[in-house]
Amino acid sequence: MALTDKQIERYSRHIILKEIGVKGQKKLLNAKVLIIGAGGLGSPAALYLAAAGVGTIGIADADVVDLSNLQRQVIHTTANIGKAKVESAKEAMEAINPDVKVNVYQTFVDSTNIRELIREYDFILDGTDNFPAKFLVNDACVMEKKPFSHAGIIRFKGQLMTYVPGQGPCYRCVFKNPPPADAVPTCKQAGVVGAMGGVIGSLQAMEAIKYITGVGELLTGYLLTYDAIKQEFHKVKLPSNTHSCAVCGDNPTITELVDYAQPTCELKQKH
Amino acid sequence: MKITVAGVNKEVKDGLTIGELIQQENVETPEYVTVSVNEEFVDGQDRNEKSLKDGDVVEFLYFMGGGSHGFNR
Ligand SMILES: [Zn+2]
Repeated sequence: MALTDKQIERYSRHIILKEIGVKGQKKLLNAKVLIIGAGGLGSPAALYLAAAGVGTIGIADADVVDLSNLQRQVIHTTANIGKAKVESAKEAMEAINPDVKVNVYQTFVDSTNIRELIREYDFILDGTDNFPAKFLVNDACVMEKKPFSHAGIIRFKGQLMTYVPGQGPCYRCVFKNPPPADAVPTCKQAGVVGAMGGVIGSLQAMEAIKYITGVGELLTGYLLTYDAIKQEFHKVKLPSNTHSCAVCGDNPTITELVDYAQPTCELKQKH
Repeated sequence: MKITVAGVNKEVKDGLTIGELIQQENVETPEYVTVSVNEEFVDGQDRNEKSLKDGDVVEFLYFMGGGSHGFNR
């Protein structure tokens, strides 16, 4: 399928890059990316992926837009307070780029639906905020052999890593098990600078674009950390030994998904 | 001896254990921090005994949440 004149103009800054070109742009237009969480990380990622012309973008989130979200969840607007986040995000993505087909999943992602949900996508972005969800996304991606970008943000810090099946450690290789609820502070308890989602969520979008187009090196086998106070990035080489991992190792003990009892963020609590 | 902690070169006393380093560095929620030395994980129970050597490269990997919380009931 040839690009239209409008598409050649829209994506001209990609097409002029020798690493991307028309070929890479077509890969983006044919790609399917799922973003789990239309929040601090998912918002900038969704905006950049839509603008980049990723042909199909799935977005999953059960929440509605809340006033306290707008400090960092830049895909949503004041006018959309009370609206489903996935609908608000779809509106914004379609407004940026009519080339993009947006699939919305206004649902709690859990062990019963996640494998089916991720199956039709090429790359998954973890934009969740709690550790049970992060482990769930990891384990499901390992089981379905899907590449994904993990990220976390808190206060003035952020981090991300990329899992590609067979090419390096998964999230569980590094972090083993979710910490007990409230043992580790969450954004709601500890705060986060809104722009942190922009920094790290945009890096996740970059990982997706690089994976799809095959350009350069991904953060497989690395954890990239960002400290806004020191204004420093630090790229940590992760141990390459994945043999003993409970989910991606040689003799996995986790062969079915589990919903850990309690998320670290209390959802029912009023902001 | 000299070691590297999170990318920063440090002069520390000989035979410093990982547990002692965690205290020195004021690591937050140390029981939930993943530690790697020279790109190998060091389990929690080994940290108090394991002494570092000159030239070791130590990394602390922290749990970070963030993002959106419309997941899991
Ligand atoms: Zn693993």
